[in-house]
Amino acid sequence: MLDVLKFKTPRQPDEKGKGQISVADVSISFGTGANAHLAVETTSIDIAAGEFVCILGPSGCGKSTLMNAIAGYVAPSTGEVTIDDKKVDRPGPDRGMVFQQYSLLPWKTVYENVAFGPKMAGHGRIEAGSTANTFLELVGLKKFGDRYPAELSGGMQQRVGIARALANYPSVLLMDEPFGALDAQTRLMMQESLLDIWRKFGTTVVFVTHDVDEAVFLADRVLIMSAAPGRIIEDVKIDLPRPRSTDMAATPEYIKARQFCLDTIKAESRKAFESQNT
Amino acid sequence: MATALQTKEVANQATQPRPTAKAAPAPAPKASPISALRIGRKQAGSIGMVFLSLSAGALLWHLATAINLDFYINFSNVPSPWRVLTAFVGHIQTEIFWTHIGVSMRRILISYTLATVLGIFIGLIMGRSRIARAFIMPYIEVVRPIPAVAWIPLAILMWPTEESSIIYITFLGALFPIVLNTLHGVEQTPEVLVRAVQSLGASRWAVFRHVVIPAALPSIAAGLAIGMGVSWFSLLAGEIISGQYGIGYFTWDAYSLINYQDIVVGMLVIGFLGTGSTAAVKMITKPMLKWQKRTR
Repeated sequence: MLDVLKFKTPRQPDEKGKGQISVADVSISFGTGANAHLAVETTSIDIAAGEFVCILGPSGCGKSTLMNAIAGYVAPSTGEVTIDDKKVDRPGPDRGMVFQQYSLLPWKTVYENVAFGPKMAGHGRIEAGSTANTFLELVGLKKFGDRYPAELSGGMQQRVGIARALANYPSVLLMDEPFGALDAQTRLMMQESLLDIWRKFGTTVVFVTHDVDEAVFLADRVLIMSAAPGRIIEDVKIDLPRPRSTDMAATPEYIKARQFCLDTIKAESRKAFESQNT
Repeated sequence: MATALQTKEVANQATQPRPTAKAAPAPAPKASPISALRIGRKQAGSIGMVFLSLSAGALLWHLATAINLDFYINFSNVPSPWRVLTAFVGHIQTEIFWTHIGVSMRRILISYTLATVLGIFIGLIMGRSRIARAFIMPYIEVVRPIPAVAWIPLAILMWPTEESSIIYITFLGALFPIVLNTLHGVEQTPEVLVRAVQSLGASRWAVFRHVVIPAALPSIAAGLAIGMGVSWFSLLAGEIISGQYGIGYFTWDAYSLINYQDIVVGMLVIGFLGTGSTAAVKMITKPMLKWQKRTR
């Protein structure tokens, strides 16, 4: 479906930004005084440039909050997030975001959505347009440029979302359950596509999910979060060879990693469930 | 005695707009103009229905006046449709009638334009700034329920010319639905879109320009259509001031002269002008919402 082979790697304007992420003693709480609610307990993570990391955790554990801190939407209560030694204090085009769904501007065409970032970066209409076309071709949707997002299926919309995030040549790609709303078949295809794209670009990817299979299939490392308040309880290295394909689900390495993640997260989910009931 | 009665009646009429204006802030933004026009057979069919419905109304009206219906409501002094039509045909051959209409339309145009510009501006500011909202909202709450006729004495005292006081009263009528609908639209901006464009490098202004305003547009368009309707009935109140021209004045003058068929002519002309201008507003705002149409 994705015609990646035909695709010529676009120019990489800035090789300095490699996308090394450091989360240092970050805790995040909302509200003040008696109403204060701790969402993420003091956590430190180091992610190497070009690494594909999945943050896996039960729902409501604060994994999205943690990602929002890396994106710059949420300010950590303590500690700091740095990317290539630069402190994160607001959202910026060096961190491309892909949301769960409905994040394309519905009043702009697919093409205009993808060209938006380059335009904001100060590129002219023609240059922004050719960048948009390049990335739409990358995700196999060049033909759909003049459609509005609502005319596309959920999977196509998410591919546009990925193209839009990449069009700024970010050093980091942050994905917040991007395939969570898709049906199982589309999701598998999207996962393979994403790995293809990632191989081409080599950007650092932080991918939030609650789906164990998805995490194990995609990641170099799976960070498992505890039930709320969230903290990283396991850092699982996934030693499957790349490029990966869905056939690997039968290999002993895959099964072992999957089982380990599953057991850990099951225990956490049970804890979360019990704490909600008391 | 008769004058007192008439004044009361007009006052009632001018108060009527209130419920509509009050309902203004929370229209379903999706129910706005889009479905109004479908080309082809469907449209021809609906035009036929409109014609049928109006003819039926005119027929009932005719029957009620022909038999001098007097059952709780009294039709014995109500002019028949035929007399109204004759009066109307007579009027459209006079220049003064067109002057009345022209003057009223000019007043609507000026007041409505001012209300649109200022209303959208105030609504956007209130939607994006908590302080501005807290500061302006009390005025809107207090001033909005005041009927247009109640403004007449003060408007005459405040404004230098008759014309400016009429425009002020008309402007005020259109202003509130536009402000409140704009505010409502801005409040509905999905946060995920704001975040998405922020991470694409959008400045505060770009967020406003590319997300907040387009997100509010369907609601603004609804407010503009409602505002146009309200401005017509405010105009009628305003034109009571005017001693010379305007379709509101024409109607008011017919009241004073007890010229029944002209009263109805004036009422119907106001009704049709109001409908026509509201349709024009919808047509002008429609292209800005074409993304919505494709969505469905």
